[in-house]
Amino acid sequence: MQKEPVLLFTRSAGSLHFPTGSLRKKFSQKGCEAGMWKIVTDALPQLIVAGLQYTIPIAIISFIFGLGLALLTALVRISRKKSIFFMVLKAFFRFYVWLFRSTPLLVQLFIVYFGLPYLKISGIAPDGIKLTPLVAGILTFSLNTGAYCSETMRAAILSIPKGQWEAAYSIGMTRTLALRRIILPQALRVSLPPLANSFISLVKDTSLAASITIVEMFEVSQQIAAQNFQPLVMYCLVAALYAVACTLLSWLQGYLEKITSRYVSNIN
Amino acid sequence: MLKLENLSKTFGEHRVLDGISTVFPEHETTVVLGPSGSGKSTLLRSLNLLERPEAGRYHFDDELFDFGKGLSNKEILSIRKRTEMVFQEYNLFPHLTVLKNIIEGPTQVLHEAKDTAQKRAQELLVKVGLGDKADAYPSQLSGGQAQRVAIARALAMQPKYILLDEPTSALDPELELEVLKVLRQLAQEKQTLIIVTHNMAFAREVAARVLFIENGQILFDGPKAEFFNTKKQRIVDFISAMTFENI
Repeated sequence: MQKEPVLLFTRSAGSLHFPTGSLRKKFSQKGCEAGMWKIVTDALPQLIVAGLQYTIPIAIISFIFGLGLALLTALVRISRKKSIFFMVLKAFFRFYVWLFRSTPLLVQLFIVYFGLPYLKISGIAPDGIKLTPLVAGILTFSLNTGAYCSETMRAAILSIPKGQWEAAYSIGMTRTLALRRIILPQALRVSLPPLANSFISLVKDTSLAASITIVEMFEVSQQIAAQNFQPLVMYCLVAALYAVACTLLSWLQGYLEKITSRYVSNIN
Repeated sequence: MLKLENLSKTFGEHRVLDGISTVFPEHETTVVLGPSGSGKSTLLRSLNLLERPEAGRYHFDDELFDFGKGLSNKEILSIRKRTEMVFQEYNLFPHLTVLKNIIEGPTQVLHEAKDTAQKRAQELLVKVGLGDKADAYPSQLSGGQAQRVAIARALAMQPKYILLDEPTSALDPELELEVLKVLRQLAQEKQTLIIVTHNMAFAREVAARVLFIENGQILFDGPKAEFFNTKKQRIVDFISAMTFENI
């Protein structure tokens, strides 16, 4: 069995590579003889490497950028500043959230990676905006998760009782200081479960990066399946790996919730 | 000295404050009485600018603030540093320990050194009878304890005026007593208090002055003794209703 996957950069669907008829039967039988265990142990290292090299870094980096963007968006949207500049800024961020929540992530990836090279702006990008697959992926994932997380954060900030603002104002705090010292720390606790949701979704959504030629975990599983003709085993295996990653994240979420909820009840 | 001239505030159609003019001298406890919805809470919150009256003038010592012209952020902050609010629902910061609740204002707003602030916070906690609660979180306190921490938090800012908005309305009588004892002590020490309350016994004991408000207007403004001996029928009725006397 071939160890190194053949890197395929242009394809539309994994099924394209499946052989048909007698050839498929022959390979399937061969697979059975080799044993399920061998198929799994052969593929596993490649999948894990792809996961560590692409899936996890893309998810983490995108989520960090996304969170920053989300916080900025949430703060602008709850801002009470009435200047023209802020009104325009608010409208812009509202448009951003609408745009990324109203269109499919896969389509967004295609627009950024395949579409933007055709966006020729004289002076700035006369030859179109050409991004490497990784940059296009991280950019799109960040923008997408940022849109969702901004709503989470906005809701969390708005959920903090008015009395907390008033108590902060009463001791002479400005709105900014009240936000930073009193409101955001409490909002963080409230927003943790939904933010963890977003991160877990993002980890799984990175599989869409396969469609813009990034050789992440799912892409590698497709390539291996195309060689060993074991799509069922390969896709179940990669599904299990996503499940393992997400389970670890759920545990992390539980741990973080425990830390940030220390003050809530008498449990100590 | 804090002086109000013709304070007016409307919520929609409803005129909550209707030309309030009065003086709150320093080192004296004023109790604000009146039926629910009379505007007494709004008046108190206006003193700390949590509510912004639409019209009227606000004198703080020699400074004059005109609500009709609007106040700058700087002016608002300068007033808030001199007036501290104590709320019915305590509004302690739940994510901070008791000690950190108290030093939050002094360190973040007044930029005091942390150890100075902590030392004074600890003294204030002893004063309100909670010297052993410095490291507790608000969720671990009873209502009476929480309200006393809130009073300590207000005192830590060394304000000229402490404004208390029904500070014991959420407490049962025993816990209420803990809080009232602290307030009585503060009044005796000549800390200026302005208290909105329904507790007539407390008003009778601690107040120097009484302000009676109804429909956004002042019906009575004068020394305590005068208030409890007034012949004004509305006030006589109010007092007897609140104290179960002559009913």
